[in-house]
Amino acid sequence: MGHLIPQAILPYVLPVVYAVVIVMVLPLLAGYIVLMERKVMADMQARLGPMRVGPHGLLQPIADAVKLLLKEDIIPENADRLMFWLAPLVSVTMALLAYSALPIGPEFQIADLNIGLLFILAISSLGIYGIVLGGWASNSHYSLLGALRSAAQLVSYETAAGLGLVSVLLLAGSLSMKDIVQAQLDQGVWFIFSVPFGFFIYLVGSIAETNRAPFDLPEAESELVAGYMTEYSGFRWSLYFLAEYANMVIVAGIATTVFLGGWLRPLASFHEHFPGTSIEWPDAFPSLLTLGVAFYCLSLAPKQPVKIQKIVMLAVAILCFILSGALLGALFAPTGVMQGIHGAFWFMAKVFAYLYAFLWFRFTFPRYRFDQLMRLGWRFLIPLALVNVIGVGVAIVLRQQLGWGPVASLIPTTLATLGVAIWLAKDDAPAATVQTADGE
Amino acid sequence: MYVLNSILFYFFSALAIASAILMVTRRNIVHAAVFLITTLLATAGIFLQLQAEFLFIVQVILYVGGIMVLFVFVIMLVNLDVSMRLVQFNRQWFVAGALALVLGAQVLFALWAGHTSLRLPAMQVDISPKNTEAVADALFSKYMLPFEIASILLLVAMIGAVVMAKRRV
Amino acid sequence: MIPVDHYLFLSLALFTIGVIGVLTRRNVIIMLMSIELILNAVNINLMAFSRMWGSVDGQVFAIFIITDAAAEAAVGLGIILAFFRNRETVLADEMDILKW
Repeated sequence: MGHLIPQAILPYVLPVVYAVVIVMVLPLLAGYIVLMERKVMADMQARLGPMRVGPHGLLQPIADAVKLLLKEDIIPENADRLMFWLAPLVSVTMALLAYSALPIGPEFQIADLNIGLLFILAISSLGIYGIVLGGWASNSHYSLLGALRSAAQLVSYETAAGLGLVSVLLLAGSLSMKDIVQAQLDQGVWFIFSVPFGFFIYLVGSIAETNRAPFDLPEAESELVAGYMTEYSGFRWSLYFLAEYANMVIVAGIATTVFLGGWLRPLASFHEHFPGTSIEWPDAFPSLLTLGVAFYCLSLAPKQPVKIQKIVMLAVAILCFILSGALLGALFAPTGVMQGIHGAFWFMAKVFAYLYAFLWFRFTFPRYRFDQLMRLGWRFLIPLALVNVIGVGVAIVLRQQLGWGPVASLIPTTLATLGVAIWLAKDDAPAATVQTADGE
Repeated sequence: MYVLNSILFYFFSALAIASAILMVTRRNIVHAAVFLITTLLATAGIFLQLQAEFLFIVQVILYVGGIMVLFVFVIMLVNLDVSMRLVQFNRQWFVAGALALVLGAQVLFALWAGHTSLRLPAMQVDISPKNTEAVADALFSKYMLPFEIASILLLVAMIGAVVMAKRRV
Repeated sequence: MIPVDHYLFLSLALFTIGVIGVLTRRNVIIMLMSIELILNAVNINLMAFSRMWGSVDGQVFAIFIITDAAAEAAVGLGIILAFFRNRETVLADEMDILKW
């Protein structure tokens, strides 16, 4: 790459290329996450989900995209046209901008900022304007109420999630995303094992940040008629939708980088080799997994009812074979390439696992009422996060002065935070239970 | 490097001044709030161009992501349709404007008289310690007392705002 | 390099626009927003000088100004909300209850 482009402008060209790739890939990715959600929802409800469009519904997102693009664009009569046009744009721009600081591999980052983590948090807080201006511009009571409720929820849980991240920042010592993953490599264990309460607070905070169930009151269909998105149709609605799912991937990416070790494989310090080569045992896992998926697709191919679906399933199987071969071949490539490709695989696997948790919660828990939601944010999560931060400070003293290990020094903190959590939950229990008599 | 710096600075300052002028002249208050948001983002860009990335991010998180959200909330809770149809400028607008311009001209003259003595050092590529560490160092050692006072100020402001905005039932 | 006085001219321009906004508008919310503009102009000034002298004190002071602006905006907007509930107006001319 360096020979084709003069060295002087390479630092300017490469990030632009990465950015263009991300902007092109992301709508497709968001569409497939929607398909994944529908399939997982169906699985948990003992049914099959979309099966018609493409084999096992694999082409459903494309059909949805075509439908949304061809729909009529309706603008309410007294709506503020400038704001109506601007609001989905702000949401989508902020959602896509946050990808510039997310590290997919050791060198796969658009920009390694000194303040990477804070940058993503700042961009998430700018995304609130898309919601608030959208609700205002629709010139409708339901939209405005939904928008204000959603914004209040986002602001509250942003504080809680940020404090959950601060506890990890104290241990990592830097705001740069690459340094945080490097600190996990140096420490030997991922931060989720060191600061489990930080992970819990960030998990709950991120579910509320992205307006997902059980915190989706502002946009649930049975509540305020889809809240701030009520008056949007067609392409504008698909922009909001894209922004919401892109936000989900962003928070999953942050959680993966900060708590789950980013691009590190699970046994990062396990250096046993295959006899005679320099390949380590756990590195063979990605190619074996994709090989298994390829064989599964091959076994499903003859069972498809329609010929075109058989062909598409065979194509997916061949794709998985190629992927498996690439992952295997990367083991014999120079270290940079191997780290890049395998790092990307592990990162996406962890993001997928986190998103699966999101979907699992959506179809398991009932929805929180708005006052219960605010109480949870301000009176449970934020005090818990503050206690956690203080506890991590104590743990750092234990680690540096007394020389305790990475997990051992955090055990007193975790127990103390657990005690505070139980005390806080007991304190709020009568008011936080669902009022069954009111038919809620 | 110098060319990129200049382009960034002049672009952000043009954006800041244009948004500021638009902000003080809008009839629609929500539009004025949006233009203030663009002004604040342009200011944040200027901070970034001055190689102060921590101040850039603090400006975006606190000012744009906090204070302006508060403004937009209050604008939407207050019903302003009636006031948007009335006269927007008060009766002494000419005198006030003239006074402000005279003030500006005085300061401009003072700046112009001394402008040859102000020189910036060259832009450094790798500053050490980084901006966040340097600010944190100063904030928690030299300026610890103002820091604590600022936190008490925020506590008082929080209590005051909650008390004043509550409905007296 | 970009001379410091260019930053100072920018700061002066924003300050003047902010002062005009505060003195000529009737709507109290826009007056508050113009005050935020004035505070920002001062911040740019501080940051330019902090860069010129190479010390970080200017930036710390700018952080304190931002904190201060947050507190003042919160209290000011609380006052506006309370007044609006009582008198249904946000125009400065009509807030004349204390007149005889």
